[in-house]
Amino acid sequence: MNTTTAKPQPDAAEVTGKRRLSNPGWFLVTPSVALLLLWMIVPLGMTVYFSLIRYNLLYPGENEFVGLENFSFFLTDAGFMPGATNTLLLVGSVLLISVVFGVLIAALLEASEFLGRGIVRVMLISPFFIMPTVGALIFKNLIFHPVSGILAAVWKFFGAEPVDWLAHYPLFSIIVIVSWQWLPFAILLLMTAMQSLDQEQKEAARLDGAGALAIFWHLTLPHLARPIAVVVMIETIFLLSVFAEIFTTTNGGPGFASTNLAYLIYNQALVQFDVGMASAGGLIAVVIANIAAIILVRMIGKNLTDKN
Amino acid sequence: MTIDYKRLLVASGLCGALAVSGYSHADTTLTIATVNNSDMIRMQRLAKTFESEHPDIKLNWVVLEENVLRQRLTTDIATQGGQFDVLTIGMYEASLWGAKGWLSPMKDLPASYDIDDVFPSVRDGLSVKGQLYALPFYAESSMTYYRTDLFKAAGLEMPEKPTWTQIAEFAGKLTDKSKDQYGLCLRGKAGWGENMALITTVANSFGGSWFDSQWKPQFDSEAWKKALNFYVDNMKKSGPPGASSNGFNENLALFNSGKCAIWVDASVAGSFTMDKTQSKVADSVGFTFAPHETTDKGSAWLYSWALAIPASSKNQQAAQQFSAWATSKEYAALVAKTDGVANVPPGTRKSTYTDEYLKAAPFAHITLESLKVADPKQTDAKPYVGIQLVTIPEFQAIGTEVGKAFAAALTGQTTADQALVVAQTATERAMKRAGYPKQ
Amino acid sequence: MTLQQSRRLQSLVLGCLAWAVAILVFFPIFWMVLTSFKTEIDAFATPPQFIFTPTLENYLHIQERSDYLHFAWNSVLISFSATALCMLIAVPAAYSMAFYETKRTKQTLLWMLSTKMLPPVGVLMPIYLLAKGAGLLDSRIALIVIYTLINLPIVVWMVYTYFKDIPREILEAARLDGATLGQEMLRVLLPISKGGLASTVLLSLILCWNEAFWSLNLTSSGAAPLTALIASYSSPEGLFWAKLSAVSTLACAPILIFGWISQKQLVRGLSFGAVK
Repeated sequence: MNTTTAKPQPDAAEVTGKRRLSNPGWFLVTPSVALLLLWMIVPLGMTVYFSLIRYNLLYPGENEFVGLENFSFFLTDAGFMPGATNTLLLVGSVLLISVVFGVLIAALLEASEFLGRGIVRVMLISPFFIMPTVGALIFKNLIFHPVSGILAAVWKFFGAEPVDWLAHYPLFSIIVIVSWQWLPFAILLLMTAMQSLDQEQKEAARLDGAGALAIFWHLTLPHLARPIAVVVMIETIFLLSVFAEIFTTTNGGPGFASTNLAYLIYNQALVQFDVGMASAGGLIAVVIANIAAIILVRMIGKNLTDKN
Repeated sequence: MTIDYKRLLVASGLCGALAVSGYSHADTTLTIATVNNSDMIRMQRLAKTFESEHPDIKLNWVVLEENVLRQRLTTDIATQGGQFDVLTIGMYEASLWGAKGWLSPMKDLPASYDIDDVFPSVRDGLSVKGQLYALPFYAESSMTYYRTDLFKAAGLEMPEKPTWTQIAEFAGKLTDKSKDQYGLCLRGKAGWGENMALITTVANSFGGSWFDSQWKPQFDSEAWKKALNFYVDNMKKSGPPGASSNGFNENLALFNSGKCAIWVDASVAGSFTMDKTQSKVADSVGFTFAPHETTDKGSAWLYSWALAIPASSKNQQAAQQFSAWATSKEYAALVAKTDGVANVPPGTRKSTYTDEYLKAAPFAHITLESLKVADPKQTDAKPYVGIQLVTIPEFQAIGTEVGKAFAAALTGQTTADQALVVAQTATERAMKRAGYPKQ
Repeated sequence: MTLQQSRRLQSLVLGCLAWAVAILVFFPIFWMVLTSFKTEIDAFATPPQFIFTPTLENYLHIQERSDYLHFAWNSVLISFSATALCMLIAVPAAYSMAFYETKRTKQTLLWMLSTKMLPPVGVLMPIYLLAKGAGLLDSRIALIVIYTLINLPIVVWMVYTYFKDIPREILEAARLDGATLGQEMLRVLLPISKGGLASTVLLSLILCWNEAFWSLNLTSSGAAPLTALIASYSSPEGLFWAKLSAVSTLACAPILIFGWISQKQLVRGLSFGAVK
């Protein structure tokens, strides 16, 4: 069913409808737009203001205008480039992992009816319900810990020296934790999308002699384009401001190895109670996020609002 | 599933009403913010006694981890948020905030409180220009914990006042990585109150300090070079894996499960290491002074958790009543009665150190002696107050950044010397932005 | 091997693989719940113990030390209220956007999403000052309002996507029969899209339940939800892993159970391109 083909070829029903109620759109949408506008403008306005003055909580009253000094200080900080790079690395890696493995696992689940499939489904989506802080703490203390974590035990079982994951592979560890939290979301969306794939088409293709791989590549994947776009869009928004996981495990370290922009703002600004710099950092993060979003939308935008 | 819209609407309405409803109040409600250390959790539990003695005061507790608490409290107090009536803060905040007038001075304490019973050094650390701004809940210094059984088996003897060189020697002999036995456990987790507390005392013992009299950072000095290289080399040789994420808790867990031969850390750990419910080595723990090297000035730190009242609190009198109760002799006696005398909050009052206490807590006399000689005051050469910290507002951020650089050296990401350069640059940059030296 | 046999073998192999993956993914949660029943010494033991004497001491300790029900109630109240409010505002907007699409619709949607680009850390002070000025520090209202606003873009967007799958003819048919706008929405639209709406509600609930930044910074004791309870158990001075696992289990259990029960709805509602 395609909404676009149902667009007005003026007929009786259409005309009646239009006469009854002209587009009710504006007053239905207004509350959302108005609220979000307010929500965006007021704090944003304050943030812009704070970013242009010297505002340190511990020195109240010394609020003179300092122009772009906060911005330049934030940008020249030793952690800025690593922070920006790590942010993009983190987002990109988690997207890749969750989409690729999401598709594979969803395909696995849909490939055949095996025993206990329902339970397997439930197990696979569970991590999404766990609080990010809790997830991070579980990984830090019970899994990654080089003395008494599960991975250390496995390593020792094979006679190898346990790896100190959070110290030597900090960004990788964070990526693992965040992927673990978001993979279920991707699996869920992709799995249900696969269920709506036309079985007849599949059977027809199979009868024509197409192999499983060919069916997958030419039939299944295109059908998944829209849900993948949804997953990518939603995940990107949340991944850009990952904070709790870093705060709980590595604190951005060692050095700046696992610092992303959100954590950098916290560290450089909040810990020093430098509201001016925190605001400047926030605005810079917005700019970077918007650039990433524009690129993303350009790549997959078509799939967002159109139908196949 | 048919949706009964009427029911939904009513339910939403109820939700909305409930959401707006508040608490039913007693006459006065105090909101107390505290850290989730064992002693404070005990205070929370025993505070029911306070509530029964003062039925017109109800207590609400906000318990958070140290760093989160600190950030939360600073945000609130700097904006006069008025969310809390009693704050649990350290010497660092007490001096800074007291000077800004954000805390109510502790005046008119009843004679029975016996303020002179509190150690002068602790009192000084919580006062500004002679006025006390917070009542000390417990105070700590640092000391050396070691395994008497391992020492005996190796034929080694721990001197009463060891040097860091001696400690390194012992640690080397007592390390057997194949048996999960590590000679030396020290803090490595990055943070101004975590690894930097320990490393600063090491640097102090080698004769170093954070800043010279002109507020110039001293990470390029010989003393710091020796101290950091000593720390990194010995931790690599005799320390446990994952040391760079080990703070107080992790090291306590390691020591208690028998994996450390020597551990230098806060004196409050004493009672935990001897507690049979959490320590496998409770019977073989020895205690002695924190190590020194070329000097023993600043070789052991001084820190105290204290209760303070924000000037913006609307319940000043009740807040002071509670703070005084929680830091009084009566409270100490209550703890002794319910949890045993070894668990009395240490380090604040002379009256705590009875013979009975000293016998039940063999670490107590070392804490006592360390607290007596700890001197955070500034001198001609050292323009700041503090032993393992620098009491300026910028220190939290600077300390943490330096801490991260040193943690990176510990993991081998950088060398110790490289880390010192990073520390020097970062600190210089921050001090310049903050406008030091101030005229 | 016959076709049927090879199909069966294939099914078996795939099944085993799927189970292996599921166990791997679920393992951290399983381990957390297991650890919550150990003593602290057992929790830290090497090698990690699968067999041990279980104990309820951690849960008892939590019950004694913190008022779990108070925090849980706050979480429930805040999450459900914010979700309800959000849906109330979002559904009409999505309706209009889906069925009366204009040139500006796409841009409005993208703009809505862009309001989520500012990291909360950077905007903490302005919001804190606003909340303080309105006297709403440590109040459930403040969190409900904020959660509604931060989830609104996602909710509008997801509902819009589901609405787009619904053929316009159905609504027009209702209109022809004389239905008013309100009736059209309530009687016709909502029942058709209830799967999609249910899954959006669930997503919103999860996001509110697990939100840990504003809930920690804007509340102290009165309105503190479960995320604050977790924060009070992490990293104290002393051994704590078993207790932390226990409190984590308690904090995540409600939403986890809720999710498990409603996952059938979720699965049904998230089909793209298949209506009814």
